Amino acid sequence: MLKTFPKGGVHPEENKLTSSKAIKRMPVPKVVYVPIAQHIGIPAEIIVNQKDKVQKGQVVAKSGGFVSSNIHSPVAGTVTKLDMIVDTSGYKKQCIVIRTDEKDESNQEIPEFPLKKEITMEQKDILQHISDSGIVGLGGATFPSHVKLDLKNDNKVDYLIINGVECEPYLTADHRLMLEKAEEIIVGIQILMKALHINKAVIGIENNKRDAIEVLKKAAADDDRIQVAALQVKYPQGSEKQLIKAIIGREVPKGGLPMDVGVIVHNVGTIFAIYQAVQYDQPLTERVVTVTGKNLEKASNFWVKIGTPIKDLVEEVGGLPEGTRKIVNGGPMMGKAIKNTDVPVTKGTSGILVISEDEASRQEPENCIRCGKCVFVCPMGLEPHLLMNLTEKGMYERAASEDVMTCIECGSCSYVCPSHRPLLDYIRFGKSIVKKLNTAKN
Amino acid sequence: MADPIIISASPHVHSNKSTKNLMYDVLYALIPAFLVSIYVFGVSALVLTSVAVASCVLFEYVIQKYLLKTTVTVSDGSALITGILLAFNLPSNLPIWMIILGSLVAIGVAKLSFGGLGYNIFNPALVGRVFLLISFPVQMTSWPTAVENNTTLVDAVTSETTLGIIKEGLMYGDTMTTISEKLPSTIDLLLGITGGSAGEMSALALILGGIFLLARKVITWHIPITILVTMTVMTGIFWLINPEQYANPLIHLLSGGAILGAFYMATDLVTSPMTKKGMIVFAIGIGVITVVIRLFGAYPEGVSFAILIMNAFVPLINKYFKPRRFGSPIKSKIV
Repeated sequence: MLKTFPKGGVHPEENKLTSSKAIKRMPVPKVVYVPIAQHIGIPAEIIVNQKDKVQKGQVVAKSGGFVSSNIHSPVAGTVTKLDMIVDTSGYKKQCIVIRTDEKDESNQEIPEFPLKKEITMEQKDILQHISDSGIVGLGGATFPSHVKLDLKNDNKVDYLIINGVECEPYLTADHRLMLEKAEEIIVGIQILMKALHINKAVIGIENNKRDAIEVLKKAAADDDRIQVAALQVKYPQGSEKQLIKAIIGREVPKGGLPMDVGVIVHNVGTIFAIYQAVQYDQPLTERVVTVTGKNLEKASNFWVKIGTPIKDLVEEVGGLPEGTRKIVNGGPMMGKAIKNTDVPVTKGTSGILVISEDEASRQEPENCIRCGKCVFVCPMGLEPHLLMNLTEKGMYERAASEDVMTCIECGSCSYVCPSHRPLLDYIRFGKSIVKKLNTAKN
Repeated sequence: MADPIIISASPHVHSNKSTKNLMYDVLYALIPAFLVSIYVFGVSALVLTSVAVASCVLFEYVIQKYLLKTTVTVSDGSALITGILLAFNLPSNLPIWMIILGSLVAIGVAKLSFGGLGYNIFNPALVGRVFLLISFPVQMTSWPTAVENNTTLVDAVTSETTLGIIKEGLMYGDTMTTISEKLPSTIDLLLGITGGSAGEMSALALILGGIFLLARKVITWHIPITILVTMTVMTGIFWLINPEQYANPLIHLLSGGAILGAFYMATDLVTSPMTKKGMIVFAIGIGVITVVIRLFGAYPEGVSFAILIMNAFVPLINKYFKPRRFGSPIKSKIV
């Protein structure tokens, strides 16, 4: 019996259309739009001016605090504007617009480096490097990685868990990366183990990616501190708390962090970025993005420069097909619908999903029939129907005492509701109000 | 682009299971029992079911459209199922006007006056049935005799149900040994060649449908299995103490409305608890009350009452039997 988390979860259609498509390199875009808030926390501070020439990999916006991250220029070129543009959140955000210098040779260099297994850097330097290189969680949460690695409180962390679950339907970016960069990922894990003095690492991969499990097992064969755990396919297993529970059975306490149970979780994409930063001094300026959809003929996975307009990616796969009604930044369960394709790829963009007419709109909500399905599927042990009800009635205090804040917004409740009730919409709203009330109280 | 791009919050996919799907699954699950019903009770079973379904649907339509002036929800199939379940709980020779009255109480009183599908506290079909049982006890307890391959239009001969025979026999001081001579064989009970309400007799057909519902995940095992286990354990204890005074658990399980109640009535999504722990508590309650009524009450059968009584406890059960929140302290285990 394969491991999985015990309570809740759903199994949406997998639709991993691009799992056999090798990662292609997108041509360098003519213009990149680099937002300064690509991570959770304080936005970075712009340190360049209009008309400045910038080098590829140069810091253009400096980390704005501890929970923040550096932003590097993905290309060599000229800053044409410091502008407000709509990002994936739907709001206008500050952004550095850089025109690529086509003559600059560094733009044509392909950052493919030979495998470098030996880790020469010292512990302290490793952490500094990760921080300097602008690395954030690439699974989608975009939490600055160095914050997770800061173990000053004498936390007894004994496990490093690597998230290769990719439980979102459609997305295959992590899957392809694991297949194509398995050995680099193993070195990346060793780097973190060295930096954090951890002796146990487990890579969690769902069993619909057997090839990746095999490849990583092989790559990790020399290092008996690193295990690969094949997991049952179940959404939302890629959620940190569920993943830790599935692999080592520890339960992160309510309101707590993985650190509280001695675990640090990193996504495989982040691990690869760490490898690149530590071994080859490459800042995070590109990532793997899955561009997919049932009606896309040339759906595939791409290495994409941060700041590339999604438009360019869509063109690369043959343009938006007729009848496109929804474009999602991310996967179908947790991704954000975007208004147009001018929005740039950021550090958190794991996929672009194009949805056609028949799947784009929601059904009309009907009465709750009290079937309890939302309760069964909630991985956090919440009662979504109750939370929606409480929010609807404005009973926020009660919603707070029913643990609304522990909701991880996986969407399993809305997915499964036979009455098509917008459970998660209301819960999100309830959470935002409760958060405000809490802030007001303090 | 001609059509505007849709912006909505995640998730962007749905399981594609709707309330309608669930209702129609219940409908399909009831087909085997319906066929058995027609086989043993003939045309009268067909008439009963048609009248109950037609009046339930019609009452819902008329009340919603002309009285409440709200959206008509007939198409979700729930009134249809109430009609079938009501029919299954009635003797097939019941006068037609009583069937219509029962339907009115089920839909009008038990369902729509509470606010319609999802808001009713009590199982509508059972409210209809119990209303009729209390109002017309004679007609509600004279069942037509089951005849294999029945082709008659009106059943002149009436007979008693298995549980009725036992209750009466014990009341007159007979022992189970003498009573059991009058009882149908276990095979007949299993197949449904026995007197009883139109759809409750064939344990086999009902279990078949029940397995379908479990496979389609419309219901979970918690309620039906717990009810049947509770009943088995409880009747088993009494039977072991005095087999001459108490019928064996097999008779209890296969006769009356136990299977119909456990798989189709108690599992009604709207009127059952929403957590698995709650479901088990609810089902134990149903099992215990049923057995208490059957063994010690005035009525030979108690499934309907048991379910309705436990329906009333559902809000309380939902309040006290919550799922364990992820990350909340675990009670210390002995390592």
